[in-house]
Amino acid sequence: MNTLIFTVVTLCVVGVVAALILYFVAQKFKVEEDPRIDDVEKMLPGANCGGCGYPGCRGLACALVEQEDISSLYCSVGGADCMKAVADYLGKAAPVKEPQVATVRCGGTCEKRPRTTTYAGTHSCAIAHSLYTGETNCAYGCLGYGDCVEACAFDAIHINPETGLAEVDADKCTACGACVAACPKGIIELRKRWPKNRAIYVSCVSKDKGPATMKACKAGCIGCGKCLKVCEFGAITIENNLAFIDSTKCRLCRKCVAECPTGAIKMIGLAPLPPKEKPTTETK
Amino acid sequence: MKTFPIGGVHPSDNKKWSKAKAIETMELPDVVMIPLAQHIGAPATAVVAKGDTVKVGEKIAEATGFMSANIHAPISGTVTAVDMQPNGQGLRQMMITIKREGDEWAEGIDLSTDLVKECNLSSAEIIARIKEAGIVGMGGATFPTHVKLSIPEGKRAEILIINGVECEPYLTSDYRTMLERGEELLVGTSILMKAVSVEKAVIGVENNKPDAIKHLKELAKGYNGIEVKALKTMYPQGGEKQLIAAVTGREVPAPPALPIDVGAVVCNASTAVAVYEAVQKNKPLVQRVVTVTGKSIKDTKNLLTRFGTPVSALIEKCGGLPEGDNRVLNGGPMMGRPMSNLQSPVMKGCSGITVLSGAEALRGEPSACIKCAKCVEACPMGLEPYLLAKQAKKKAWEAMEKNDIVSCIECGCCQFTCPANIALLDYVRLGKQTVMGIIRARNAKK
Repeated sequence: MNTLIFTVVTLCVVGVVAALILYFVAQKFKVEEDPRIDDVEKMLPGANCGGCGYPGCRGLACALVEQEDISSLYCSVGGADCMKAVADYLGKAAPVKEPQVATVRCGGTCEKRPRTTTYAGTHSCAIAHSLYTGETNCAYGCLGYGDCVEACAFDAIHINPETGLAEVDADKCTACGACVAACPKGIIELRKRWPKNRAIYVSCVSKDKGPATMKACKAGCIGCGKCLKVCEFGAITIENNLAFIDSTKCRLCRKCVAECPTGAIKMIGLAPLPPKEKPTTETK
Repeated sequence: MKTFPIGGVHPSDNKKWSKAKAIETMELPDVVMIPLAQHIGAPATAVVAKGDTVKVGEKIAEATGFMSANIHAPISGTVTAVDMQPNGQGLRQMMITIKREGDEWAEGIDLSTDLVKECNLSSAEIIARIKEAGIVGMGGATFPTHVKLSIPEGKRAEILIINGVECEPYLTSDYRTMLERGEELLVGTSILMKAVSVEKAVIGVENNKPDAIKHLKELAKGYNGIEVKALKTMYPQGGEKQLIAAVTGREVPAPPALPIDVGAVVCNASTAVAVYEAVQKNKPLVQRVVTVTGKSIKDTKNLLTRFGTPVSALIEKCGGLPEGDNRVLNGGPMMGRPMSNLQSPVMKGCSGITVLSGAEALRGEPSACIKCAKCVEACPMGLEPYLLAKQAKKKAWEAMEKNDIVSCIECGCCQFTCPANIALLDYVRLGKQTVMGIIRARNAKK
């Protein structure tokens, strides 16, 4: 019995002594941290996607608390509401950024872009891209092995098995930019988000000359310049045989869509221009 | 018999398909496309324009800086375009297109087949001629030969090693060159010895080519300081560092150290023949021996081919592509690159075209890594491929750099030996490319 009591007492004493040591050490080496960091972190979405450029939400929370001017910081996942709440709490001016959405700029479906070779290697865009240009004659188009799908933390991008192309679910997309970084072909772009997910964009990134593009894919941009002529807002530029619509200048007038001979300019959530308008523009 | 000390695998060599076929000359193509980047380093700069007429051996592109090589016209005719064209992997590259008219060689090139042994040029003159002729390492790495021979100040070469190993399965172009052009090879070797001022040269040949060893040993009796050494067959013995280890027992430290740091200069056997032609015959590098091989190829051949000839023409000459699903490799099955565009041209580093049927090339279904460490055992550079592949998957580039990814020679032993069919090389290579890019960007910033 004595042995038992002795053991219990010794252990208790050791425990108390260790606790005292730990307490004083913890006091001595305590790291002073702004309590607001914890609060701000709780306000952020907690996705830890890294879309803001910081390692996780806590990283951004630290930056938001520490920096005087937070106009360059933005959490696209939380969006304007989240940033406003954070800014109000910290008493700083809320950073403003237009809402964006990831857009896959390739229309080379299996139908429109015939396969000329077969790839039987590792199912990864990055690896296929390091080996060659892809299964079709287009050296720029979507490979369809889903590196973007793997990168997405929000389940917002998927490969459509029918077209073989990546498709973004605009309602789920937070514009964190993970897919943009993951795509070795640089097809995905963050574009301005319109209400009801409306969009007009050039669904092609081929820099080949017109005939080469046409041979490889029926949906490619051939750089003909017709869209450039009808755009009234100066939103379209053509470089390296490729048209580009600046989403911050585009007003969704739809004129370029009607002009595009290959259908490379895609329109989402909008009705096509009524056909009778066409002759009037021509008579002008 | 010696070999390199660590790692290595023993794939079935499959040289039987083409080893007995004497070198044949490929018909001249009607149109050639000559890429400006056929070597490691900066792409050459075109010195001809659309409409110019050229003769065989005339310079059409000039080296851009030191780490680059000249390119010469492989056929005579008219330049029809200097523009971007897809290469074997479908990537757009700057190429010069020439339409053939006859076969007229530029002046001053000795086309006779007489052997010229005497060479009274100085080391600098030899290197200048090699540079002018646009010679690059013809084993596949395409490192400009004049750069290799220009020994940096403060370093000294002690031994010249001629790489006659040809450890890559299927390929027989070096083997046929050693058998049929042995004399030229030895004269080329003695010229290279003079260029780097060494007294000793070793021609390393694997013991799966006994007739080449015997033939070269016989011929080498007539030359001073050249020894032919039989090496135990083991892949990747043809790797520069592996060959140095097998021949001299010295280990080349991790990059940026070079073979010259252990006193060795390594040149490929075909390169030595090209050096002979450039120095003794004033003939620039416009053609090479290309093995067209594969189990399913009707008539395998070793073809002396002018650069720029489309790969499809070579395959056609050998009976065409077999029916069904085929994989065409630029090179052999271990290090070769799969091709998607058969209209692409034969280049300086193309030692063979291997055609595998879909069934032969099929990879097994990958399963989980059980850390059996077979890949670690097989890696000739002493790396840990399973770990590197895992880090590449997780995009842990910094960790990969710490684990010496830049030492990887991409020989593929790890993937070959993996019992779980994991695509180790694919991931390791991806990681190596990315890490090299990061290092380059960092150095550029400095």
